[in-house]
Amino acid sequence: MSLLEIADLRVSLGGSAILHGVTFDVAASGVTALLGRNGVGKTTTAKAILGLYASAGSIRFDGRELIGLPTYAVARLGIGYVPEDRGVFSALTVAENMRLAEPRDRATAAYDYVYELFPVLKHRAAQSAGTLSGGEQQMLAIGRILLRPNRLLVVDEPTKGLSPKVAAEVAHALKEVARTVPILLIEQNLGVVRTMAGRSVVLDTGRVAHRGETRDLLANPVLTNQLLGVSTANGVSS
Amino acid sequence: MTRARFSAPPVRYRRIWRNNWLRALIVFAVLYFLPYSTISIPGVFDGPLDAPGVLQLLAVCLVFAGLAVSYDLLFGHTGVMSFGHGMFVTAGMYVTTILVNHAGYALFTSAALALAVTLIASLLLGAVALRVGGIGFAMVTLAFGQAVSILVISGSPQLTGGEQGQTLNSSAVPAALDGVRNTANLYWIALAYLVLCAAAVWGLTASTPGRVMRAIHENERRVEVLGLNPYLFKLLAFIVSGLLAAGGGIVYLLLLGGATPTVSTSNFTLSLLVMVVLGGAGRRWGAIVGGLVYGYASQSLTRVSGSSAIAGLPGILRGPLEQPLFLLGAAFVLIVFFAPGGLAGRLAAKTTTTGIKEG
Amino acid sequence: MTTLVLLTATGLGLAALYFLVASGLSLIFGLMDVLNFAHGAFVSIGGYVGWTVADHLSGTFGLVGSLLAGIAAGAAVAAATELAVIRPLYGRPLDQVLATVGLGLAIPALLQAIWGADSRTWLLPGWLAGTVNVAGAHVPTVRFLLIGIAVALLIALRLLLGRTRAGLIVRAGVEDREMVTALGIDVRRANSAVFALGGAAAGLAGVLYGLYQGSVSPGDGTSLLVFAFVVVVLGGAGSITGTAVAAIAVGLVQQYADYASASLGDESVVILLAAVLLLRRRNLQGRPA
Repeated sequence: MSLLEIADLRVSLGGSAILHGVTFDVAASGVTALLGRNGVGKTTTAKAILGLYASAGSIRFDGRELIGLPTYAVARLGIGYVPEDRGVFSALTVAENMRLAEPRDRATAAYDYVYELFPVLKHRAAQSAGTLSGGEQQMLAIGRILLRPNRLLVVDEPTKGLSPKVAAEVAHALKEVARTVPILLIEQNLGVVRTMAGRSVVLDTGRVAHRGETRDLLANPVLTNQLLGVSTANGVSS
Repeated sequence: MTRARFSAPPVRYRRIWRNNWLRALIVFAVLYFLPYSTISIPGVFDGPLDAPGVLQLLAVCLVFAGLAVSYDLLFGHTGVMSFGHGMFVTAGMYVTTILVNHAGYALFTSAALALAVTLIASLLLGAVALRVGGIGFAMVTLAFGQAVSILVISGSPQLTGGEQGQTLNSSAVPAALDGVRNTANLYWIALAYLVLCAAAVWGLTASTPGRVMRAIHENERRVEVLGLNPYLFKLLAFIVSGLLAAGGGIVYLLLLGGATPTVSTSNFTLSLLVMVVLGGAGRRWGAIVGGLVYGYASQSLTRVSGSSAIAGLPGILRGPLEQPLFLLGAAFVLIVFFAPGGLAGRLAAKTTTTGIKEG
Repeated sequence: MTTLVLLTATGLGLAALYFLVASGLSLIFGLMDVLNFAHGAFVSIGGYVGWTVADHLSGTFGLVGSLLAGIAAGAAVAAATELAVIRPLYGRPLDQVLATVGLGLAIPALLQAIWGADSRTWLLPGWLAGTVNVAGAHVPTVRFLLIGIAVALLIALRLLLGRTRAGLIVRAGVEDREMVTALGIDVRRANSAVFALGGAAAGLAGVLYGLYQGSVSPGDGTSLLVFAFVVVVLGGAGSITGTAVAAIAVGLVQQYADYASASLGDESVVILLAAVLLLRRRNLQGRPA
């Protein structure tokens, strides 16, 4: 059963069409990976879901149409967003970043959960977010969104630019999160995808090129080479 | 009204009209022969078309159109919003006047030197001001423009004539450009200036650097990704538009017979912006249409403001309507809201249905 | 020494005015990317409304009344502008700027139609009309009122931005508006609030400028606006402390240079601007370009 149903999603930016009718579903549990080479429209799809780009077609979340809703309303329906550039407010402290994200009826239990997942956020609460390392900023971006009552997380390239050790930490935390909240994960690191995502959707130049079990996709070297531009020999080993 | 005019010609004429260069040639020919016409258009002009007063009014319209075209190279084609365009008009006007009146140079030498000064000034100012992007550039150029304005108005009154401006020494002006009898010659100079501006901007926008400028307007990042430096192309646009503006300042100086500090004020630059937006920014005919309409309206508005029709209105209505700037500002807001593409955009939208596309 | 004190006091008084105008301008620009050319008109409206109150009520009571009226008028007009002009053009940033340009032309002309082109004299209450002796220099008392109010505004804004949730939203919005909305926050409410707040400060500046000059005229706001723009560029959009420092720098440089040679003051501000632009490799937002 699907939580998010995207049908014939089309987005144009600055006069050129980026998405030409994307159709796929996100399951109500576990991780769904959104894959593809650079520039095929993965981030555009994420931003269209959040209402950050004007789009046509249909995006139904739990039966409700999202297209036309302002971003804050989409977020209030319970869609948490961790953008590609992390979206951390660098001039604000770690604690302020978290305070901004917390809903009105803040629950200390949510803070406990986040601090258990990312203890570093507690230690650095008073530090300005701009001075954090890349990995710590990623943890802040994920951690603050977890303070909200999410029904779906959209996470865009969480391990990008991180050292293998930190990337593994972040991936581990996300896997933990996925036990309670479904995740739509955009990711280039196929090692991470393999360990996390049950299902995968592959985009190619603004269209869905493949849908199915992640295991089957990664086991098919022709498909991975053609759609993802990697040979499974060196790309998928982790 | 406009629709009727554009859709009236039969099909074979339409094809001729569709060619931009042919269209330009036709418009030019009409404008060129205007001073030979003795037609009167009552209600629009005060006398026959060849009357000096009417030619003077039309010449000012042509200069405004040329200035608008020069401003549109920056604003409409490159996407750079400058609020200091008036300072280059000022440079052309005042450097020429000062050199003629105080250094005793010939008019042409002075004008050439004024252009040289503008070239250097626009290079230096552009190099500094373009370091801040987008809207910051608007603020910085506004500040520079204000500095020039203050310099002209109160810097050295014996040199610039302060708030009164300064009459150009008439002995330096060639006989063919002097006196009311020769207004037609001034009109043709103004026309030549407009043609020069249009040719320069159309030619530039059709060239490779022009296409980069257009690309900067659309997406500056993408230009950077292609390995080109947007800064240099913006600087080129800034210098070319500055030189054209200075040329306009010189022609305007000849038309008025003297330098006026009005051109240095921020309101003058804003009026150029109004012309471009009114006509349609970045459109081939937009700035020209906007400049002509604005030029005519601004010179007639004082008549409207002082007209008996307005004097008869009750005070609460009369007050604002007697303020040309109020009418101008209010009209501008309405254009932005209801005609975002300007007049040329309106025409294009209407004529595409009849098969004529605005370039 | 006397001259130095006098120049400094005048410079700081001007700096106070620049800060009042530029702080709102800077927050509006930082949060919404709208360069508000109507901001000078808000100043003028505050000035004339304040003058009208002072014209009917004399003395200290009239002074307080005119300050409050100026604040209210500035806030009301700014809020109306945001609602009627800026918000419908959301997503068309250039048109937003152009619309404020139109308002910036129309409103002063409207004021001129109502109150006339000539300046109106503003009579100060007795205690404010005098001078204070500072190290032998007779500094007009009004300057201290200006400086005091600007410092109070600076402290209030710092507290508002630093200690409240609304302030948190504004500071975050200056950095990344999209991300703030993605956290479920309706930024448009912050936009309205910031516009009204900036308008209130501008209206207050209009009244204070009237007190400072002893008169009001339709072009007051526009002439302050140019220097406020310089302050915003120097101080960095969205930074209140930066705005305050830049306002002081501009006010002092202007006064000292003016003393050296009349009319050099305004030119020196532009030279200062050019020098700073040349020396720093950063854009308006204060982030490396």
